[in-house]
Amino acid sequence: MMDAGADGAPLIDLAGVTKVFGIGDIAVHALQGIDLQIRRGEFVAIMGPSGSGKSTAMNILGCLDQPSGGHYRFDGVEVGALNRDQRALLRRHFLGFVFQGYNLLSRTTAVENVELPLIYQGYARAERRAEALSALQRVGLAGRELHDPSELSGGQQQRVAIARAIVTQPEVLLADEPTGNLDTARGREIMDLITTLNRDEGLTVVMVTHDTDMAGYAHRIVRFRDGQIERVDAP
Amino acid sequence: MMLIEASRLAMQAIVRNAFRSILTVLGVVIGVAAVIAMVAIGQGTTAEVTSQVSELGSDLLLIEPGSIVHSGPPRPAAPFSDRDVDAIRRQITGLDTVSPLVARSATLIFGNRNWVSTVQGVEAPYLDVVNYSLAAGRFFQDGELRSGLPVCVLGATPKTELFGNGDPIGASIRIRQMSCRVIGVLEAKGASLGQDRDDLVLTPLRTMQRRIAGSQDVDMIFATVRDPAAIARVQADIEALLRERRRIGPQEEDDFDVADMKEIATMLGDITTILTGLLAALAAISLLVGGIGIMNIMLVSVTERTREIGIRLAIGATSAQVLLQFLVEAVALSVIGGVIGIALGLGLAWGVTDWLGVPMVVDPRIIVLAFLFSAAVGVVFGFVPARRAARLDPIEALRHE
Repeated sequence: MMDAGADGAPLIDLAGVTKVFGIGDIAVHALQGIDLQIRRGEFVAIMGPSGSGKSTAMNILGCLDQPSGGHYRFDGVEVGALNRDQRALLRRHFLGFVFQGYNLLSRTTAVENVELPLIYQGYARAERRAEALSALQRVGLAGRELHDPSELSGGQQQRVAIARAIVTQPEVLLADEPTGNLDTARGREIMDLITTLNRDEGLTVVMVTHDTDMAGYAHRIVRFRDGQIERVDAP
Repeated sequence: MMLIEASRLAMQAIVRNAFRSILTVLGVVIGVAAVIAMVAIGQGTTAEVTSQVSELGSDLLLIEPGSIVHSGPPRPAAPFSDRDVDAIRRQITGLDTVSPLVARSATLIFGNRNWVSTVQGVEAPYLDVVNYSLAAGRFFQDGELRSGLPVCVLGATPKTELFGNGDPIGASIRIRQMSCRVIGVLEAKGASLGQDRDDLVLTPLRTMQRRIAGSQDVDMIFATVRDPAAIARVQADIEALLRERRRIGPQEEDDFDVADMKEIATMLGDITTILTGLLAALAAISLLVGGIGIMNIMLVSVTERTREIGIRLAIGATSAQVLLQFLVEAVALSVIGGVIGIALGLGLAWGVTDWLGVPMVVDPRIIVLAFLFSAAVGVVFGFVPARRAARLDPIEALRHE
């Protein structure tokens, strides 16, 4: 049961993407020609050892960083041609981020954390609150809306982070080791939640993980090694 | 829309670090309070001086040995004498009254009470010249003035200190070694410019010279002119006469001063202006220091909240929005400082003007100016930290511990 857009052009299209840090002798070639297409509604896991370039690739996918060479087209838009603020707008409207360390604002309630992206979208207060409450409900945190992150467990904090990522109805959820700080049981709960969002709401998911079990939830597993894609597996 | 959100965020950040915020804005508080208080006190003092001077009238000349108006250190100068007063009376035309004065500090004793006050030896026109009136009893009669009889008129303060609510008329008090009969009491005038205007005792000039001062010297002469339009001419005539009598050569400067009230008002106004300017400069330095304090704490805040900035950038905040957030926070801090400073300054001005006995003059333009200035301090000193926040690399910022 794939999204209608799956038949058309890929949502994410990396073609010969390279990334070089530094110059001359000390230059590090973090990515050495990445070709990767991801269609709407796909769930892709990225695996690979430390230093294999998967984080760099995620930063580029998330429009937080620019490729040094090659092309990155997001829904047909050449991201390399966008300036800093245009990329911010792209992130604001089309991307949702989930991090290993949750990255919630401390001393800020769960619902206020979830409201944050809507502030930048210019939502009115009441509307913002309603959307945030509904997102928290979708991740199973009804009743915890007014708790500070410090009053929530790791799993609950990650749910808040997921609610914050999906409250703007993004095209893509970019998850960087979302279960890395959680025990296996909590990790599975988070993976179930992400899988549900992918399956029921057609949310495209790109997830970096070290954990083969977690990668097993994805449709495809892209394996990085030494700045290149080593191979693509089905789980 | 974003401005409202930014203000809300700023207030949150300020309240979360309430103690630090208060310390941060202290410089601005002190600067603004100083400006408000100084200007209000300065203007109040000027208003009081102006009203006192105009009360004395535009027809009054004040003749004193030494120099009060001209710049430079005060020079010792011989006092005037009775003969100088007579010469002015006889030789200067256009004068209405001439009223010499000798003043000494002295202890007054009545029964077991005593009080140190200023005793002024005066002649008949004095009450009119300085605008005092009698509350009870009478003033000196010609015979008392001519013979130098031991009689006195009490100011309201020594009257209260020595007699309380009792009636002093007819009572006998001691001024230094002299026993003296009280014949009148002056109407109270209240304090002004930090001075109690009721703390004085009047005696006839002769009495003062013979029995207290022990010389024919005269400390000061008040002269009123008949036609205020001719005051400059009369002033010049008195100066010429006194130069001749005091044998001052053509090249030498006066060792006395003949001043009209306008001159004195100008001089006092100048002093007030200089003081106000000096204190305003101090206030400006305080504001500058306050601004640097705000910049410092905002830089700390940006560093502390690097990860927060990274999160905001990742979820789609533009650089301009991050800049605005931190700029608004700096402005909010300095404006809070400004408002506290204005309140404190007005309170201070109220206290000091009350103590000095001058009216409190509040110029609303100064308050608006102080407010705008404190906001400007926030913009100027908040800009660098805010720009630093806006320029952060989101990847680096998210990695920041």
